[in-house]
Amino acid sequence: MHIEIEDISKEFGATAALHPVSLSIPSGALVALLGPSGSGKTTLLRILGGLEFPTAGRVRFDGQDATGLTVQERRAGFVFQSYALFRHMTVFDNIAYGLNARPRAQRPSKPEIARRVTRLLDLIQLPAIGPRYPSQLSGGQRQRVALARAMAIEPRMLLLDEPFGALDAKVRKELRQGLREIHDTTGLTTIFVTHDQDEAMELADLVVVMSMGRIEQIGRPQDIRAHPASDFVRNFISA
Amino acid sequence: MSDVPIRFRAATEETPLARFLLIGGVLLGLAVLLFAPLIVVFFEALRDGALAAVASLANPEAASAIRLTLIVAAIAVPLNAVFGIAAAWFVTKFDFRGKAILITLIDLPFSVSPVVAGLCIVLTFGANSLIGGVLVGHGFPIVFALPGIVLASVFVTFPFVARELIPVMIEQGRAEEEAALTLGASGWRVFFTVTLPNIRWALLYGVLLCNARAMGEFGAVAVVSGKIRGQTATMPITIEMLYNEYLSVAAFSLAAVLALLALLTLTLKTGLEWRYADQLAANHRH
Repeated sequence: MHIEIEDISKEFGATAALHPVSLSIPSGALVALLGPSGSGKTTLLRILGGLEFPTAGRVRFDGQDATGLTVQERRAGFVFQSYALFRHMTVFDNIAYGLNARPRAQRPSKPEIARRVTRLLDLIQLPAIGPRYPSQLSGGQRQRVALARAMAIEPRMLLLDEPFGALDAKVRKELRQGLREIHDTTGLTTIFVTHDQDEAMELADLVVVMSMGRIEQIGRPQDIRAHPASDFVRNFISA
Repeated sequence: MSDVPIRFRAATEETPLARFLLIGGVLLGLAVLLFAPLIVVFFEALRDGALAAVASLANPEAASAIRLTLIVAAIAVPLNAVFGIAAAWFVTKFDFRGKAILITLIDLPFSVSPVVAGLCIVLTFGANSLIGGVLVGHGFPIVFALPGIVLASVFVTFPFVARELIPVMIEQGRAEEEAALTLGASGWRVFFTVTLPNIRWALLYGVLLCNARAMGEFGAVAVVSGKIRGQTATMPITIEMLYNEYLSVAAFSLAAVLALLALLTLTLKTGLEWRYADQLAANHRH
């Protein structure tokens, strides 16, 4: 799905989290929102997911105005920073949650839900963990379950907030590859937030460098490296 | 060379003497303040034998007091469970001006004397007040009747559920609810499938505390009830009246029933904890 962000701004009380920003994300791209904390990248991601509403500006999905769509109507697969798995449900029930939440007419049958959950568990290469609880999983497993749960609703896009932030370096490398593979097999437009420039440069097709609520530069990783648009970008990517 | 055995002590471990004094002090305190009075209550109740105790409970006044107390708790506790969940939800899931004032207001019943609370209800809803006059005129008295007792009990026990829930809900944050919303769940579905299961233990503790206090409340109920024997006298009120009339077996028998209700509540809580120990462990944050 092609996403257009037109002059989106966001104010929390008197402070501006986002100055008007504009960005066009081609369908099927894997995009990194890169910046230090407080740069507005998470706010922008939450606006796309419908968890925050912009003070001004428009969002378009495939050309259609989506600014007023509720969080449920957006059908965005959202992976939260600390995964936000439902801790009182098994992994199976976590992944099935979005399917069970559908109105009766659109809800798949119980065997069909079980089939889809099994397929997603295979996709994240953890076929046997369905009966376990989130507290019994490692950090890397939780992240993959969160990804499977987001994929279960057949989302129109994937939004990930610091998906590798809480993991140690080795697991992080493996899961980067995992996200890349899932993106390539599904072809979903995928946007992830990170403060780690290596991660952004290695994984993304398109990197959006942000600072203080503004977009500093948009470009392919190699172009940003070769031609940083500002001192901020030069310093940030060489850090 | 023979090794002298070395005794290692963990950094947080105390010397045997300190441990003895601390544990002994706690046990002594428990014995004097908790167990001794409880034993005395049962001892006094059974002074003239179990038959006399049971007979005193079968007296219509005592039976009416037990029934009234159970009715009041059965109305006040569910009301405060709903109020408490709503208040905790509002305070923890939304940011708004005056939040600190609202939290203070929730605690108000803890700091106001129950007698004062009772007087406020009498002044607001009594037959001589504007609201009370209209209600009495329509045959629906508040003061010196069941509604007043329920109102007083609800006021006094209001903070218990909310106080238990607020810290738990702050600690849990909004992420799980937001995740459920992005997965397409409606607000009510999120509440029943995510919020409520996550707070159920805190809710249970709050409800049990609320229940214990609702059944035991004396001051506020004494003011609003009018202490009409067999009609508006709850268990604590009846116990006091019987005691003042030197009917000590009857007074202590009823007191023993009230104490047993409290013990039953505690047993229920412990039993549930034991039964669901696995879930409790799984529920904790990693």
